[in-house]
Amino acid sequence: MSHENPETIADQAREWLAEYIVKKDDLKPKDRLAIPSQEMPAQDPIERGKNLDEVALGFTMEQARLEALRCLQCKKNTCVDDCPVAIDIPGFIKHIADGDMQAAADTIKESSLLPSICGRVCPQETQCQEHCKVGMALKDIDKGVGIGRLERFVADWERATGNIRVPEVKPATGKKVAVVGSGPAGLVVAADVRREGHDVTIFEAFHKMGGVMRYGIPEFRLPNEIIDQEIDTLNKMGVKFQTNYVVGRTRKLTDLIDKDGFDAVFVGTGAGLPYFMGIEGENLVGVFSANEYLTRANLMKAFDKKESNTPIYESKKVAVLGGGNVAMDAARMALRLGAEKVYVVYRRTEKEMPARNEEIEHAKEEGIEFHFLRNPKRILGTEDGRVKAMEVLKYELGEPDDSGRRRPVVIEGSEFMMEVDTVLVSIGNGSNPLISQTTPDMSVNKWGNIKVDEKQKSSINKIYAGGDIVLGAATVILAMGEGRRAAKAINEQLANELAVQSN
Amino acid sequence: MSRIIHKEQLSKDVFLMRLEAPLIAEERKAGQFIILQTDEDLGERIPLTIADADEDEGSITIIFQVVGKSTNDLSHLNKGDDIPVLVGPLGMPTHIENFGTVVCVGGGIGVAPLHPIAQALKKAGNKVITIIGARNKDLIILEDKMKEIADEFIVCTDDGSYGRKALVTEPLKEICKREEKPNMAIAIGPPVMMKFCAETTRPYEVFTQVSLNTIMVDGTGMCGGCRVNVGGEVKFVCVDGPEFDGHKVDFDNMMMRLNSYKDFEKKKAHECNLELEVAKKEAEL
Ligand SMILES: Cc1cc2nc3c(=O)[nH]c(=O)nc-3n(C[C@H](O)[C@H](O)[C@H](O)COP(=O)(O)OP(=O)(O)OC[C@H]3O[C@@H](n4cnc5c(N)ncnc54)[C@H](O)[C@@H]3O)c2cc1C
Ligand code: FES
Repeated sequence: MSHENPETIADQAREWLAEYIVKKDDLKPKDRLAIPSQEMPAQDPIERGKNLDEVALGFTMEQARLEALRCLQCKKNTCVDDCPVAIDIPGFIKHIADGDMQAAADTIKESSLLPSICGRVCPQETQCQEHCKVGMALKDIDKGVGIGRLERFVADWERATGNIRVPEVKPATGKKVAVVGSGPAGLVVAADVRREGHDVTIFEAFHKMGGVMRYGIPEFRLPNEIIDQEIDTLNKMGVKFQTNYVVGRTRKLTDLIDKDGFDAVFVGTGAGLPYFMGIEGENLVGVFSANEYLTRANLMKAFDKKESNTPIYESKKVAVLGGGNVAMDAARMALRLGAEKVYVVYRRTEKEMPARNEEIEHAKEEGIEFHFLRNPKRILGTEDGRVKAMEVLKYELGEPDDSGRRRPVVIEGSEFMMEVDTVLVSIGNGSNPLISQTTPDMSVNKWGNIKVDEKQKSSINKIYAGGDIVLGAATVILAMGEGRRAAKAINEQLANELAVQSN
Repeated sequence: MSRIIHKEQLSKDVFLMRLEAPLIAEERKAGQFIILQTDEDLGERIPLTIADADEDEGSITIIFQVVGKSTNDLSHLNKGDDIPVLVGPLGMPTHIENFGTVVCVGGGIGVAPLHPIAQALKKAGNKVITIIGARNKDLIILEDKMKEIADEFIVCTDDGSYGRKALVTEPLKEICKREEKPNMAIAIGPPVMMKFCAETTRPYEVFTQVSLNTIMVDGTGMCGGCRVNVGGEVKFVCVDGPEFDGHKVDFDNMMMRLNSYKDFEKKKAHECNLELEVAKKEAEL
């Protein structure tokens, strides 16, 4: 993928759409496959390396309709099977092709609460888009219908109209539900439970709502204004927010039920405890977890070096360890903060990188260097304990392991030095320890993740959990899916209690 | 949000504030801390130990020293002002039981977090020997309160302007040498002081607990910014601490890490001095 000027992309799309739209109801599958797949317009790669503005600019109306015309409207819609919240994908895409954007928005909202977010951050290529027949026919997943981009288009369209529909809330039931954590899991539970007329309070440890979407994922990928919008909708529904409140510390989890009278609690506290490599030099000054680095830059606004009181490390040469979305975000943030060189050091090859394709492409366009089959051995420091270099080992692909993936094997004696002043560690997270530390009756697995049943209920009565705290570091959409299921179980529990009360 | 209900200047750079925080006052235990920001958008997160709490009033007390831009901003807030971000109580509470004889060593501002611990130890039936020290007389805080709960009380200053002219490690060593050596020591103060207290007690095998004040961001175990090396293992101060076995803490590494942002801090301090000068000039005009 190379960078195309957004205006050129828009002009092309206008021309093509004019050609296809007149025969839109007569298009044969062959014709649809011939429609050029639409590229996501993006900010200029050099320019965007200096700002925090969103990189992907979103489809134009013509692009969206053209892309929608590519959908074959398959009877057996495998795309829907691979969506964790089962959005009626062909349905909403048909509405776009027909030009009925409100209908498209309504269709998505039947299943997904946060389409403007999911459209931006879901790993579509391993979900809906992976089994898109268009991509299969063209033998390239990236050429499948851009489902996420269309989802984003519709959500942005609705936001631009200025009248986002606030979901209806049933009359008050007198039941109270506490939601712990304001990440995607918590927000979905709050909305779904509130709709049934129950009173909902979200407790959040930080001073701002949104979880990882706020403090982790940078503005250039997910603007804050979009999260603000979602929070505002919850506010209009009457959900209450209590920020700066650490459940487990400010109040024991079980006290929310025993002392504060909540009838049910949902725990969506997310991942925690970043992993480090356990190598020499890891506590030197200049080694940070990607979480810390991104939280400083995003939530604490350290990107604004002049105004913010939160410092961020001044770097020239940065090594980022890992290959996921978090690693891509950290690398691209380092670039934007002024680093001259940013290297991504990953133990496997590009194929195994868990990050979204679009992020990898964008990172490459921005000039970030990828070093595959490399892994650090130790980090070296100056006399005053600051990072000055990293010793790196080379790897090669060996025999396939149980999962069929070829395992990287170290090449003995292949050590070489990489001159860096900053190392950002992004090799995954353990679980957030606070709730289990302060709630002795809560069952957790050996990694500290809360154990739940098929209804997301924990080992403690009336307490449910979902999202990263259950799954380990996962995705926004999986967290939302778990939130949905938990909300359903909570609504059932409360409905039963109300039925008993009125008998 | 939390209202300042009382403010007092204890010495040149040291301030005491009582903040409205009923939930924290109810839950907090000795050894725990809070995090606050003086500006919701642009403020830095400042961790401060809870020096005292009044459940009836629904308030907590913090004592802080102005060391940079953020604490300077905090010191300019007054009674009746609101602190937009206050979260806590964080960290593990101090483990309190009747150990026998405990030496409590507080250096400078470290006396503030030491006070509730000494109080709790006393209440649990311990014999409490207290040593407090500072660079000079003006920097001694909470002397009366500490004296009140001590079975034995020693004050020292580096320059001899008050009490004994000595570093706190001197009397600490003497106490360790006694026939009836103490069962435990607790040292809270600047990192160097804690390091040398731990070195002092090491040969006498007196277990020495220290309370670490590393750089923090979230305070809930999410970022790893507060990590320290304790006995060769990485620990997160905000969730595993703040108290650790002083004989196992890698103080040298911790002190280096505390300096991570010294250039930034210098720059901010410089800007803030400039602002002060401008304000002064304007006032003169
Ligand atoms: C940098 C980064 C980039 C990512 N990129 C993507 C991506 O592109 N696509 C994707 O699908 N996923 C991505 N992820 C993963 C995704 O963000 C998470 O899977 C998702 O946010 C998990 O949602 P959650 O609701 O479980 O928790 P979180 O979003 O982690 O939110 C948990 C919230 O709970 C709060 N909390 C914690 N403990 C307490 C407590 N005791 N009391 C009160 N509140 C508490 C936290 O402060 C936090 O706000 C990314 C993650 C990171 C870190
Ligand atoms: S302050 Fe972030 S993990 Fe401790």
